[in-house]
Amino acid sequence: MPNLRKTAALLAFAAATIGLSMEASAQATLAQIKARGALNCQVGPSTAGFYSLGADGSWSGMDVDICRGLAAAIFDDPKKVQYQSVTSAVRFTALANGESDVLSRTTTWTAVRDTQLGLEFAGVNFYDGQGFMVPKASNIKSAKELNGATVCVLTGTTTELNLADYFRANNMTFKPVTNENINVLVETYLSGGCDAYTNDKSSLASRRSSLAKPDEHILLPETISKEPLGPVVRHGDANWGDIVRWTLFGMIEAEELGVTSANVAEMAKSANPNIRRLLGVEGNIGEGMGLPKDFMARVLKHVGNYGESYERNVGVKTPVNIPRDGSLNALWTKGGILYPMPFR
Amino acid sequence: MALLDITAQAGPGARLMALLNNARFRSVLYQALTLGCVVLLFWYLVSNTIENMSQRDMSAGFDFLGVSAGFGIGFTLIPYREGDTYLRVFMVGIANTLLVAVVAIVLSTLLGLVVGLARLSSNWVIRNVARWYIEILRNTPLLLQIIAWYFGVFTLLPRPRDSVGWLDAVFLNNRGLYIPAPLVDSGFTVALVALLLGIAGAFAWTRFARREREQAGRIRPVIAPVLALLVVPPLLAALVAGAPLAWDMPQLRGFNFVGGINIPPSFCALIIALSIYTSCFIGENVRSGVQSVSRGQTEAARALGVPPGRTMRSIILPQALRVIIPPLISQYLNITKNSSLAIAIGFPDLVSVWMNTSLNQSGRAIPIVAMTMGFYCLVSLAVSLAMNRYNRAILIRER
Repeated sequence: MPNLRKTAALLAFAAATIGLSMEASAQATLAQIKARGALNCQVGPSTAGFYSLGADGSWSGMDVDICRGLAAAIFDDPKKVQYQSVTSAVRFTALANGESDVLSRTTTWTAVRDTQLGLEFAGVNFYDGQGFMVPKASNIKSAKELNGATVCVLTGTTTELNLADYFRANNMTFKPVTNENINVLVETYLSGGCDAYTNDKSSLASRRSSLAKPDEHILLPETISKEPLGPVVRHGDANWGDIVRWTLFGMIEAEELGVTSANVAEMAKSANPNIRRLLGVEGNIGEGMGLPKDFMARVLKHVGNYGESYERNVGVKTPVNIPRDGSLNALWTKGGILYPMPFR
Repeated sequence: MALLDITAQAGPGARLMALLNNARFRSVLYQALTLGCVVLLFWYLVSNTIENMSQRDMSAGFDFLGVSAGFGIGFTLIPYREGDTYLRVFMVGIANTLLVAVVAIVLSTLLGLVVGLARLSSNWVIRNVARWYIEILRNTPLLLQIIAWYFGVFTLLPRPRDSVGWLDAVFLNNRGLYIPAPLVDSGFTVALVALLLGIAGAFAWTRFARREREQAGRIRPVIAPVLALLVVPPLLAALVAGAPLAWDMPQLRGFNFVGGINIPPSFCALIIALSIYTSCFIGENVRSGVQSVSRGQTEAARALGVPPGRTMRSIILPQALRVIIPPLISQYLNITKNSSLAIAIGFPDLVSVWMNTSLNQSGRAIPIVAMTMGFYCLVSLAVSLAMNRYNRAILIRER
């Protein structure tokens, strides 16, 4: 019998080791980031307003601001981010295998992605919808007139599926011209290789702003899909997911409470308990996640609130020019659907 | 089959030593051990991958193949609708890849033969044109050539409304080439059967002509009868069946031409770039093969009064093939693998629809990459096997 007992003990030890190592890997994202001294943030090929590479080699945009906010929350320094620009084909694999800590690159939240790929969506930082861009000279006024058209579409995106669904639902035929490279695709559209170019409306606006003659192209009025875009983390580390989720909620909450990057220092002296909790003067929300109490104060000081990020990157004063008033991305108090969960 | 001869009195230890000292047994043992190690390593890799994926909550396995894919594909050889399954997408990708490979292999071989012979021409102009054609095209990356053909030629063609047309049947514009499609009816089937018979007849005639030439020394005409056999029976059959073949003509309606067969610009660009690029290498193979046949053969043929064309066809090339075929196999494999560059211009080949679009839509990276690699591996082995058999068939038999 001693042999059997020895084997059992060995097996128990092995199981415990495996269990421990899994436990360690599951809770280690924040510890890993601290040990590395930087956050690994995955973006995509440059897209104006969301993640664009500047001439000085620095990244900026709405999705980049989430990564900058996280770095500010952890290190009190928004520059401690290593950006990884990856093609969309390998974006989920690179996140699932641990190369990236967070994926922030106009990625649509869908059931399949959330449940089958080992991923977790941490929230929505932009409510988008798919539309069509056509040359003005074509005299097309509505997407319903596109029966029989050749349509340029980015491959491997929800866009491609929505396009097929929309034409099937309306009993229309179409011919897709696909490419994974957005620049080749737009070039094909501009040379008349397709009648229309479809993508998320934010992306169409962003792309149109960088064309040589933006006035020669119009966006059709129809929105044919829901595209909630947001940051994504790996399954299995609930704490890290919480950090990403509440940093995003905190930025929206700050806008609701009127806390900006300019007034964050004096707002800390405010008597409003909501503001005191958000900035960590009261309560211990940050500590529960392994962050300092005043983590949101750091985020707001370095990056600003959601509204500031929006206007700086895609607002009406930028070339991308996506008006916010009256759109889905306005605060819930102003007719939109941005509704941060209560920070308490 | 006794491996060795040992006396019955020897003990088991001695028997084992004797076994180990037997060269044949040892070689079998080493092979078995190596195979075992490879299988173990493979098993370890697979089980490790599955284990890691399940730890990360990633779905593994091939269950997704039965799920509806839900995206459109711009060019399909086999019927495909947006609601079909991922397995169907895989089939569409395979069919498109094989089409590109076969067409490019045929075109590049013909072109390569011409270029290779032109390199050996006694005419200075032809010789140097062929030489520079090879030097320039062989030394620029294939990807650049594909993109250059796509953007530099096919997207610059006129728009559908101002298409270039011939006889109101063939149209060329920046959406591709439109040609009439034959409508399959009873007369068409009869004609097809007649065509197959004609092909069989042509083969039989060439074999007969060869036997006549080799055994009786009689020269029979080959090219004219073969052409006649290929063209006349189908035509006769179509007339006899009484149903002249109907054609589905492309017509401009709305945005695009409808009807007929549409060959997309990405396909044209890919085929042209692949064929031209590979024809340079094949041309050099042909030249080396022809130069490997000693000049004495040509001189002897001329002394006997054999015309130059026949000298090339019946004396030089058959001997040159021994040198041409082995490197040609590599070129055919290269074409098959290089066809995956289609992804750069969006032609829906296997890599584009399967390893890019489907992988993105389903997120099943590992099974999809494994299936793609498996397909290319199988195709390469099949091409290699077929060409090696052909190579053995044409080896010079010592008489």
